[in-house]
Amino acid sequence: MEFEPVIGLEVHAQLLTEAKIFCGCSTKFGAEPNSHTCPVCLGMPGVLPVLNKKVVDFLIKMALATNCTINKKSSFARKNYFYPDLPKGYQISQYAEPPAEHGWVDIEVNGDKKRIGITRIHMEEDAGKLIHDEHGLASYVDLNRTGVPLLEIVGEPDIRSPEEAAAYLRRLHEILIYLEICDGNMEEGSFRCDANISLRPVGERNFGIRTELKNMNSFRNVQRALEYEIKRQRYILEAGGEVVQETRLWDDAAGVTQPMRSKEEAHDYRYFPEPDLVSVIIDDAWIEEIRRGMPELPLAKRERFVREYQIPAYDAGVLTASRALADYFEEVARLSGQPKAAANWVMGDILRFLNEEKKGIEACPVSPTNLAAMIRLVENQTISGKIAKEVSETMYRTGKTPEEIISEKGLVQITDAGVLTDVLVKILRENGEKVAQYKAGKEKLFGFFVGQAMKATGGKANPQLLNELLKKMLANQE
Amino acid sequence: MELYQLTIHEIKDKLDAGDTTAAEIVNSVFERIDVVEKDVKAYITLMRDSAMAEASRADEALKKGRGGMLTGIPVALKDILCTKGVLTTCGSRMLSNFVPPYDATVVEKLKEAGAVLTGKTNMDEFAMGSSTETSFYGVTRNPWNLERIPGGSSGGSAAAVAADECIAAIGSDTGGSIRQPAALCGVVGMKPTYGRVSRFGLIAFASSLDQIGPFTKDVEDCAIMMNVISGYDRRDSTSSPEEVPDYRRFLGTGIEGLTIGIPKEYFVGGLDPEVEKAVRRAIKTIEGAGARCIEVSLPHTEYCLPVYYIVAPAEASSNLARYDGVRYGFRFREGRDLMDMYKKTRSAGFGDEVKRRIMIGTYALSSGYYDAYYKKASQVRALIKRDFDEAFRTCDALLTPTTPTPAFCIGEKTDDPLQMYLSDLFTISANLAGIPGISVPCGYSASGLPIGLQFLAAHFQEGRLIQIASEYEKQAAVLDANLDPQRRRPNL
Repeated sequence: MEFEPVIGLEVHAQLLTEAKIFCGCSTKFGAEPNSHTCPVCLGMPGVLPVLNKKVVDFLIKMALATNCTINKKSSFARKNYFYPDLPKGYQISQYAEPPAEHGWVDIEVNGDKKRIGITRIHMEEDAGKLIHDEHGLASYVDLNRTGVPLLEIVGEPDIRSPEEAAAYLRRLHEILIYLEICDGNMEEGSFRCDANISLRPVGERNFGIRTELKNMNSFRNVQRALEYEIKRQRYILEAGGEVVQETRLWDDAAGVTQPMRSKEEAHDYRYFPEPDLVSVIIDDAWIEEIRRGMPELPLAKRERFVREYQIPAYDAGVLTASRALADYFEEVARLSGQPKAAANWVMGDILRFLNEEKKGIEACPVSPTNLAAMIRLVENQTISGKIAKEVSETMYRTGKTPEEIISEKGLVQITDAGVLTDVLVKILRENGEKVAQYKAGKEKLFGFFVGQAMKATGGKANPQLLNELLKKMLANQE
Repeated sequence: MELYQLTIHEIKDKLDAGDTTAAEIVNSVFERIDVVEKDVKAYITLMRDSAMAEASRADEALKKGRGGMLTGIPVALKDILCTKGVLTTCGSRMLSNFVPPYDATVVEKLKEAGAVLTGKTNMDEFAMGSSTETSFYGVTRNPWNLERIPGGSSGGSAAAVAADECIAAIGSDTGGSIRQPAALCGVVGMKPTYGRVSRFGLIAFASSLDQIGPFTKDVEDCAIMMNVISGYDRRDSTSSPEEVPDYRRFLGTGIEGLTIGIPKEYFVGGLDPEVEKAVRRAIKTIEGAGARCIEVSLPHTEYCLPVYYIVAPAEASSNLARYDGVRYGFRFREGRDLMDMYKKTRSAGFGDEVKRRIMIGTYALSSGYYDAYYKKASQVRALIKRDFDEAFRTCDALLTPTTPTPAFCIGEKTDDPLQMYLSDLFTISANLAGIPGISVPCGYSASGLPIGLQFLAAHFQEGRLIQIASEYEKQAAVLDANLDPQRRRPNL
């Protein structure tokens, strides 16, 4: 029997607000344990939460970017469970009345486009962290993360393969980063993903029994865990067995999913409306204000780049991978007046240099002004494309301007026909045999002569002029 | 007349006239405490040293003409209000070592107004009870009859005011916890509109019902206390930005032409005949002052108690989850593992009534029961609110008995929670509807126990309550000298 996987993802994105969601404590990562805490996030008696409006701003941004309907009224709820990283014994979340629903994002896998639904997006507070003593004698509680705002983005079970899952996650990740509301760091846990997955016979409309997968801290692990789980469930189903509905943890080292101890998941969260907070009212004016401040989103930017700069869709995709890279490219394109060349240089040399050093575009030593200047020097034939390669690398290593490099190294292109003619005369004279072969029909030797001329001029010969002169001279050779 | 017997406004007059000093007042109150506290046991913690220091600061301020609304006035706080640097137990073993690093907003406001804090008063554990018998710190006794309970949960505050162990006190009211003990101890107690007074620093019992309010010796003092403690607080999202009027403005303005509704559902079986008699007499007094009393109906009254005993425990089960022994408060030391530590800490840290309500609340919120209990209760709560909205279309206020009976005996109802719950029968509706209510003394039983009269008004109509209650207080004293605020005090 053929099975198809049905996958739905839940993403938790930690928001880049200065302050926590219900108190004024800092959200900075990596501080001394329990230094970013106050009576409110410590859950002391008698204190009350006060909603940080900035979190709602961020929610509206994400809702707009993922085509959600924004509900005018939403409310908070308490999710009750006991754990030492949860000081109040409940997490303030949103349940019955979410602020954003019915959204979608478009993804593309192997050239196939697909729309993935978003069930809802809501706000909630993060829990703290437990640090376990290596001898197992004690556990320590760090509540710095308690109350850091999260968006929970619940996806529809529209995903049918691990590749689609990864594409969907990348799309959300990219949007969050474009909106500058989440740093997207999966290792530090600012972007977390849980997956629900079940199999069903192809053609079947009802869902099979699902498992929930946790503890996947990279795109790759999400994909691997799903691949593993598909195999595992298929094996069970093909043997006539039944999948157990449970939560399973991805074990990266072993490359398998393992059931969580059932005690840890036997929760009845006893949700009920949070009486300490009033409803969140998002009026049209608020939405408009956020809409006006929205950046151009990756997909829109991609389409605009193709249209406006006449570059291939693939190139537009590479160049819009981050907002900073897109901005860099656009600046080079604007200053050089040559978008195609700008795209080639940014995607080619610049990204290669950066990738070699695992750096982002923000750390690029070549300023858009310098790169654009170099492109103009190629355009006006001051240097050849080949020389430009050397110039760009030198710019990257030294941060110097192209003009400085060209004058220091004497790299200006030779466009003087007299000089080049002299060079060619000498080469043809020294290679009489090859000239004869060429004349006899071995035309690919043309490249040999060009190469010799380039070698003789240190690569500075203007290629078009060289070609013209060489053609003429070979034709005139007896 | 002793200084400790005076009201806030009388002390203010004396201080302004230079007839006495804050130090003398505070001394007088503490001397009184030394005499009667061993019998009444109103306090969990006395703040004698800081009170003396605050008194001398108050005298300095007065000398410089910088007195506030409560400068030099000794005020007691229910031990449910967080006080910076001062033990705050909530009547529980669970918080028997808890010293908050912050003041409740109300405590800040009292301090700003110059009040001298006398101490933290006894209460039912986590405010769960109607008799102050569930406290980890022993039973408070009714100053009118030491064999009887003072009411609860704010029994310590009510008893402290009645026994002149402070000039005024603060309590909290979730289902009647101010008005019921005020009635049973023969003092004035007000539960303001939900949102009128900030709950920041009030240890939560049932967040959607809890409200802080004053206990005073007369209605004028109630107005003064309300002026001090009311108002929006950005630290409490549920506090209201509604403007706070000067409540003293409503004193003695008469009630001629007002319509007072008498809800018929509050005069049924279970109402003690002596209480009914006193309340009927009060209706006559009100009519004599020119108000029109009409019978009204609040048809969903019978559901108040069941709705309350789902909503309040449900919220409490969640509010009390933080007491897990991890960060502060009591911890059972010999836990084998996390779960064992939780269980032992909470088993030993909470008393029976608290555990009972946590279990009821947890059950009511559990998957499969939520719709039948919590959700249904919330729907009925909306109907109860609507009953009041209807009534306030035709009435300026409602008049009811505060409690079905006068103070009962210590131990009488401790084994019968349902009987205990019934003592809040007439007060719970105001919490469910979020409206303000006030209890004023209206008579005595044959055995000399105080009886309380309750007025209820629409949201943010505290001024109306003060207007009516002050007029009633005046007229009642004319008709019955024993109801004169200066004469209605127990023999201790």
